[in-house]
Amino acid sequence: MTSNITLEVFRYNPENDDEPSFQSYAVPCNKDWVILDALNYIKDNLDGTLSFRWSCRMGVCGSCGMMINGTPVLTCAKFLKDYLPGPIRIEPMEHFPVVKDLIIEMSDFVDKLKRVKPYIIRKEEQPLSEGEYLQTPAQLAAYKQYSMCINCMLCYSACPVYGLEPEFLGPAAIALGQRYNLDSRDQGKKEREDVISQDDGIWQCTFVGECSAVCPKDVDPAGAIQRYKVESTTNWWKSVLMPWSDK
Amino acid sequence: MKFFKPDQYTIYYKGYPKLYIRVKPIFWWLKKWTSFRFILRELTSLAVGYYAVILILIINAINQGSETFQDFQSWFSSPLAIIINLIALALATYHSITWFSLAPKAMVIQIGEKKVPGFLISGMNYGAWVVLSGALIWFFLK
Amino acid sequence: MGQFEKYSHDVLIVGGGGAGLRAAIAVAEADPNLNVAVISKVYPMRSHTVAAEGGAAAVIKQDDSMDLHAYDTISGGDWMCDQDAVEAFVREATEEMIQLEHWGCPWSREDNGSIAVRPFGGMKIKRTWFASDKTGFHMLHTLYQTSLKYDPIQRYDEWYVTQLIVEEGKCQGVIAIELATGDIQAIAAKSVIITTGGCGKVFPFTTNANIKTGDGMALAYRAGVPLKDMEFIQYHPTGLPFSGILITEAARAEGGHLVNKDGYRYLQDYDLGTPQPEPVLRSMELGPRDRLSQAFIKEAEKGKALEGEYGHYVNLDIRHLGEKKINSKLPFVRELCLKYENIDPVKEMIPVRPVVHYMMGGIHTDINGATTLPGLYAAGETACVSINGANRLGSNSLTELLVFGARAGKSAAENAKKQAAPKIDHLGYAVAERKRLNDQYLDTKKGDEKLSVIRKEMHKTMEEGAGIYRTEDSLKKSQKVITELRERFKKVSIEDHSLAFNTELIAAIELSNMLEIADTIIHSALNRKESRGSHQRTDYKERDDKKFLAHSLAYSTGEGSPKIDYLPVTITKWPPGERVYGK
Repeated sequence: MTSNITLEVFRYNPENDDEPSFQSYAVPCNKDWVILDALNYIKDNLDGTLSFRWSCRMGVCGSCGMMINGTPVLTCAKFLKDYLPGPIRIEPMEHFPVVKDLIIEMSDFVDKLKRVKPYIIRKEEQPLSEGEYLQTPAQLAAYKQYSMCINCMLCYSACPVYGLEPEFLGPAAIALGQRYNLDSRDQGKKEREDVISQDDGIWQCTFVGECSAVCPKDVDPAGAIQRYKVESTTNWWKSVLMPWSDK
Repeated sequence: MKFFKPDQYTIYYKGYPKLYIRVKPIFWWLKKWTSFRFILRELTSLAVGYYAVILILIINAINQGSETFQDFQSWFSSPLAIIINLIALALATYHSITWFSLAPKAMVIQIGEKKVPGFLISGMNYGAWVVLSGALIWFFLK
Repeated sequence: MGQFEKYSHDVLIVGGGGAGLRAAIAVAEADPNLNVAVISKVYPMRSHTVAAEGGAAAVIKQDDSMDLHAYDTISGGDWMCDQDAVEAFVREATEEMIQLEHWGCPWSREDNGSIAVRPFGGMKIKRTWFASDKTGFHMLHTLYQTSLKYDPIQRYDEWYVTQLIVEEGKCQGVIAIELATGDIQAIAAKSVIITTGGCGKVFPFTTNANIKTGDGMALAYRAGVPLKDMEFIQYHPTGLPFSGILITEAARAEGGHLVNKDGYRYLQDYDLGTPQPEPVLRSMELGPRDRLSQAFIKEAEKGKALEGEYGHYVNLDIRHLGEKKINSKLPFVRELCLKYENIDPVKEMIPVRPVVHYMMGGIHTDINGATTLPGLYAAGETACVSINGANRLGSNSLTELLVFGARAGKSAAENAKKQAAPKIDHLGYAVAERKRLNDQYLDTKKGDEKLSVIRKEMHKTMEEGAGIYRTEDSLKKSQKVITELRERFKKVSIEDHSLAFNTELIAAIELSNMLEIADTIIHSALNRKESRGSHQRTDYKERDDKKFLAHSLAYSTGEGSPKIDYLPVTITKWPPGERVYGK
């Protein structure tokens, strides 16, 4: 009943290869399998050397992003059968250097995330004994969407600006900065502005919108960036026209 | 043709034996419809620039006196100028429409826990466009 | 020292999930001069805490009390919990949860802005804090992002620990492989905290992620630390049939019904109360997980379950909750069903069956996270304090990460301040480990056993022998198979001989860990001749407090089978009683 489907997989072993190559594997097209299951089938039965990251297989850990036929996706969230009759071309996420096979180097994103200060900053901490900070459902809704980012970095792979200008802070990092800016408990907007409004921050973005299109969690980083641009511009005009007002 | 050199990746940790870095080809934007559409939008900004230049030229011509302005007017009614302007108008319209459809991303209005849907925000922008254009047309043609 | 100076820390935390990050922050706050590092085989935000859905329990509302939380926990654990640990846990839970709120966790709220709580299985009072149905995800990312604020916290991302370094009777560090380069380093530390999570991957059908291979348990076990209560494995009653993806208990807490093939709410036949239209606490679908999973097996035996491609299943019906409530309270359930099962729970019932979810047992620790090996600590699912007893109460595990992560961090920091910097032979350890790994896994002359074959056979025998119901026969059969597999594993050889990101080598070491853990599970289960909580013996159907109100401790004997010993359960206020639900 199950037919086969061919996977053309990007291979690169830094110890033997100067250039990557594509290797084809025929795998059974089980109707319940996602692409990741097919990769594991290869690893277990056909070729133990194929290397890729994965963990939760339920679209929340963010490990298994790859380019499938040129589009960045989470391989645990795409059914094999939807790509029939194949072949399926599988490559490591674009715009990142390749360590081996489908594994990319991601420390750039990790460093950038740290730069936007993704944590609550307060002038004064309320003691724990006084309980929680109150936050109404409406205040929660103001930032909730941006807090859904799973750091899968598909948006970086989709963003041509990041591909051309690797210094760009990038969609997810900026969205997470915005997540804290919009949190009613936070008072660190000013500190973050120094990072996010820099040359390698929001102004690099030319509003391609692809980041939001590929986001598996509907975070809408493109929206986060444009909102920030409007706000940053307003603040600038305020500081020029009303230098006495403390923004 | 390469857009950047691999040594721009010095931001990366040095301990790797060898990283493979893929370089974007110059015509990367032809591979996908979405990237092509994006580049098209970027290119149509030239038309917007063209109108800005024309506006400056008109103001300049008016300043110079009625003779210069009439020269300008006659050039403007030449077939070549009409063709150029029609193309520019089409490109500028494409540019405006793409920006209006992106507007909801930049303008997020939240009422209670709900966000105002995108089409309403674009709709408000289009509305404002029509009202302002109408006002201008009325002002100049009355 | 020179070149190895950077590989020396005051506190080294193995595992970057909820417990590990909480511990790291606790160390950094205890003393900013302490040099603390987190080492993990994945980037911290990939850790499996991320997948927890329903919520985290802590007393916050006026009608609740510490004693009620403690009683729910203890009765839920079938009196196997150490009650002093439970009392400390419930006492510190609230403050830890508020701390997380102050750090930015997007908890769901009441209209007035205070914390909202939802009901959960086995609870008398609503006390589960939640961030819609992605609680673990939000907690992990909050902890991870907050940890970035603390400069003293260093990280070894994507490093895999292969051994603990024990010298002079103390844990003095670890040996680890840097995945990206294949580099092996000995990393010295005055205190080591293990927070590597559970071992669900010992079983074939589990909600657990690929990374949950019990590495930390195996590290401690080989270093002579006993593993406690390994026979107690929680089956979550509601997983998707093929993938094992978890459908959170919150789906039932919000009012979902479990129905058999006739559409009948079968739990009423298993001493769990009578069906009401609205959810009733500690009753029916809100009974404890062990009882619900056991009821499923009985129902299937009666022929009342549905028959699917991947075995029996029943249906979870949440349609009557309506689209609005599902979208606001259970959006992830809907997302998972749509994406992975192609069904919309707003219109269709969700097929579910019990699935291996949580290891109640783990590294034996005291109330401060200290193990029997000086300098070694443990917290989270990998540890067994024990507050979970024979069956963990839903939504206690996320809180446990915080309370005992912080406790272990504090005590590890205290210990580090008292110790001199370990002087270990960095190079010697690294060279010896390289040789050991080469000899064991890369030598193709030894044999041609395949990892995937051995893994599959382990899965099969664990499911057959040590599942929801166990007998002497089933366990003995599995014991025999596991012993054989451990022998066959010595002849395993892997295809990938490269240094960089050798995921096959890591998978091999993980499998060696899982085989040892499987052995402790089987032996602990074989020796416990009673039925209690999640450990159900069809040949010993009753709970036997005379003989078995005691934790089992499995000690490694090297190549051979584990030795099992017992430690009495600590009882403070709540003498063993009957577990009553639905009344």
